[in-house]
Amino acid sequence: MQITGAKDRPTKSSPASVDGNPRPLLRIEGLSKRFGSFMAVDRLSLDIHAGEFFALLGPSGCGKTTLLRLIAGFERPNAGRIVLDGVDLAPVPPYRRPVNMMFQSYALFPHLTVEANVAFGLKQEGLPRGEIAGRVADMLALVKLESLGTRKPNELSGGQRQRVALARCLVKRPRVLLLDEPLAALDKKLRDLTRFELMELQRQLGLTFVIVTHDQSEAMIVADRIGVMDRGRLMQVAAPDEIYERPGSRWVADFVGDINLFEGRVGDDRLSVEGTAAGRLRIAAPIGAEPRTPVWVAVRPERIRLSHDKPPNLENCLAGTIVEIGYLGDVSIYQVRIADGSRVKAAVANTDGNGGDSPQPADNVWLSFSPEAPIVLMR
Amino acid sequence: MKKQPRSLWQRFAISLPYAWLVAFFLVPFLIVLKISFSQGAIALPPYRPVLDLTAGWQGIERFFTGLSFDNYRLLGSDPLYLLSYVKSLEIAAFSTLMLLVIGYPIAYGMARTPRRLQAVLVVLVMLPFWTSFLIRIYAWMNILQRDGPLNELLMTLHIVREPPVWLATDTAIYIGIVYSYLPFMVLPLYAVLEKLDESLLEAAADLGCPRWKTFWLVTLPLSSPGVLAGVLLCFIPIVGEFVIPDLLGGSRAPMIGQTIWMEFFGNKDWPTASAVAIVLVCLLVTPIVVFQHQAMRGGERS
Repeated sequence: MQITGAKDRPTKSSPASVDGNPRPLLRIEGLSKRFGSFMAVDRLSLDIHAGEFFALLGPSGCGKTTLLRLIAGFERPNAGRIVLDGVDLAPVPPYRRPVNMMFQSYALFPHLTVEANVAFGLKQEGLPRGEIAGRVADMLALVKLESLGTRKPNELSGGQRQRVALARCLVKRPRVLLLDEPLAALDKKLRDLTRFELMELQRQLGLTFVIVTHDQSEAMIVADRIGVMDRGRLMQVAAPDEIYERPGSRWVADFVGDINLFEGRVGDDRLSVEGTAAGRLRIAAPIGAEPRTPVWVAVRPERIRLSHDKPPNLENCLAGTIVEIGYLGDVSIYQVRIADGSRVKAAVANTDGNGGDSPQPADNVWLSFSPEAPIVLMR
Repeated sequence: MKKQPRSLWQRFAISLPYAWLVAFFLVPFLIVLKISFSQGAIALPPYRPVLDLTAGWQGIERFFTGLSFDNYRLLGSDPLYLLSYVKSLEIAAFSTLMLLVIGYPIAYGMARTPRRLQAVLVVLVMLPFWTSFLIRIYAWMNILQRDGPLNELLMTLHIVREPPVWLATDTAIYIGIVYSYLPFMVLPLYAVLEKLDESLLEAAADLGCPRWKTFWLVTLPLSSPGVLAGVLLCFIPIVGEFVIPDLLGGSRAPMIGQTIWMEFFGNKDWPTASAVAIVLVCLLVTPIVVFQHQAMRGGERS
């Protein structure tokens, strides 16, 4: 399995575009959920397509888990509809919905063995004993737990428990699998490994996954599409690379990854932004707004070059003093104070090891970026 | 767990509960056990033999040859004792079952109410303890009288024509026991149900389990430690219950507590009373040991 980043993933085509069927598997229309005076989900609409791996990404308290619980049927919406396969789910109780949820706490039954936990859902369907045993054994083999079937949940490690929870949902062959922060309780190494196993499972079984996470790298790695949520609303729904490269708003740009923002006004030629803290900034593509409109220029730290000498090209460059250096191993984040006192972040890859003339704190340096680097945001 | 050398203070702290148990449980038990093997006598103390260490070796010899199983033989020969045991176990078993049936929904309801109200409900359950137990039983005598409030109510509601007799019946004993022991059933049940993880119930629903079935498959099995604790807390003291059957029950078939009391204070027959008590302890210790063993095994697993 070779997955390096969001961009080079030709195998994971978006099913939304190739699928001839225009009807989405799961359609959410104007969904609202209020707790007292707090709007957990606010007039939210979303289509999720069959076979898709969809991630709901947002800060804690943004309503992403509530949305998941609304789909599962544990909460009743105040307004709006959830339609699965063309059927309105409103009158369907949770135990009849063809969706399954993997809980953040896993919610394994402590009094039942691993096998009995996995078989629990199938027994409710009234399937014959032999079929249940067969499907449970297959599923345990799939998640590599075949030797632990007779153990109780408290005799398992965190990673094993996570697999049991996953197996217990998957064995039901849900139309949509809802995963609430499925990897949050695992340590980092295991989390990285399990991410890829989740993707592999999703592809193998051809199921539709909706995952809730606050971890943007997790969402970027696993998902075909990401819905970025804030205060009960979807801020942007797009493929991971699009969210990162073309965020729809300052909020999304700031939430997903690191970003430097410069406020200014659109220049008369529409190929520049004037009056920013960095002076006049040149933009490669024409800006779709009238001249003099206030806009924000967003530049990712890794698109900014840092040098001791003044760059030959005088465009999009600014002078500053290094305030702080955050060493992350593969890259270093330089915090540079510029003329107006604000800070600009520049990420520099540490390609030549402990190089001799790497910038030090209090050094005066030049920051520059190409006209292709900035993203112009209207809101 | 690694064994570490214990400090003097630790040894002292650990030995305290053992010392307590030896002084206030084991020694009295051994004294009662000894008396149960003695013969009654019009003397002080009212039994023989008494260990006479001043007589030296002969005294010890006389002491041990004086002990016998006569009292236990008496228990087997007189059906009064057997009936008394059976009645006690029967009343304890049925009332424990009733307590479970009544107490479980109460505890379940308490655990499901908003957390703010739960503390109030717990206090309400314990509120009867603020009044003396004896006074509460006397109150029941009053309520259950022929012209008491209960019969008055039944008559005004036209449920009965003639006022039924409540006092001096087994029904009165059941009413008194269920009333008195309800907190001992509700509190341990509440303690486990309150800790029950709500997401387990949601998970069961998610996997296709309707609510009533979730109760059988998830809630009840997970609350079994509370059921066990409540059952033991009620069953054991009810078997030996004396005050409630004495004040509310009839005199025809006494419960075992009454029998012991009668032998001790009525007949002044300490040895027989002791034998009755020892057999009762053996009857009760067996289920406790079995349950405790089960609970320990369950505890290791969960």
